[in-house]
Amino acid sequence: MPKRHWEDFKPGAVDVYGPRLVTREEIVAFAAEFDPQPMHLDETAAAGTLLGGLAASGWHSCCILMRIIADGFINETSSMGAPGVDEVRWLKPLRPGTRVRVRTTVLETRASNSRPEIGFVKCLFELLDEQDGVLTTLTSPLMIRRRQAGAGA
Amino acid sequence: MKYFEDIAVGERTAVGRHTFTADEIKAFAARFDPQPFHVDERAAERSHFGRLAASGWHSAVVWMRLMVAERRRQAEAARGRREPVAAMGPALGLRDLKWLKPVYVDDTVSYESEVIETRVSESRPNLGLLTVRSTGVNQHGELVISFVSTTFVERRPVNT
Repeated sequence: MPKRHWEDFKPGAVDVYGPRLVTREEIVAFAAEFDPQPMHLDETAAAGTLLGGLAASGWHSCCILMRIIADGFINETSSMGAPGVDEVRWLKPLRPGTRVRVRTTVLETRASNSRPEIGFVKCLFELLDEQDGVLTTLTSPLMIRRRQAGAGA
Repeated sequence: MKYFEDIAVGERTAVGRHTFTADEIKAFAARFDPQPFHVDERAAERSHFGRLAASGWHSAVVWMRLMVAERRRQAEAARGRREPVAAMGPALGLRDLKWLKPVYVDDTVSYESEVIETRVSESRPNLGLLTVRSTGVNQHGELVISFVSTTFVERRPVNT
């Protein structure tokens, strides 16, 4: 049974999940399957692009972030998925051999007006490298079941 | 791809379509989004989805795969006409990504992208920025995904 419900998320709470080592092999494999642009596949071709060398597809960064938070807390939460993502910013390239973590900050929580059994938790997710450099930011409202439908938070 | 100067707001691209099988939905989710309703039919039946549904990231990255293939076709056609091919990418990010309806097993999603803004990059004036709204519609005509992304594109060289 899920351990965490909507009521357990408080604005301002910060958690860090991971680490996960991102290998060259998985960067190239993801790109070959989903984003086969030279800057994600081949060092020589990537060197001549704005990325300045081989780097993961931005979509791959999002997927890695998703996996880290799924393992980190979502799979122990009464999660109902997310209706979407407000914003993703790919700020710095994700290079092969980087050990990434995800810093999660709860921005706001609100009960659903139309559905008393659920609430929303808007989070800022930051994909970090070993030096705490922010590679990618992602802001998304998670839809989470409430422990007590319609009760005050 | 065309140069930045040759791209107009309102231009639409039929990006392609894809049918999501149960095996690939589960395989993708097992790698990147292992929530029970994306990896397990029985758990999905007990969830708010009612049956197995693809990860939203899956329906998004399939757009990318189809878009890269479409750009490659366009580039080959341009080379066939002996026209230059502008470099594109990387993207800066995206916004307003909405998963409007679940993508269920054997649903076919057709993707389209429309240019909604073009502007010269302030930080890199030799490059343009292309903002595109992309959508995916299932076989029932229902909008399942929508997002807006912004990507660098090469400007036409001054001498040509």
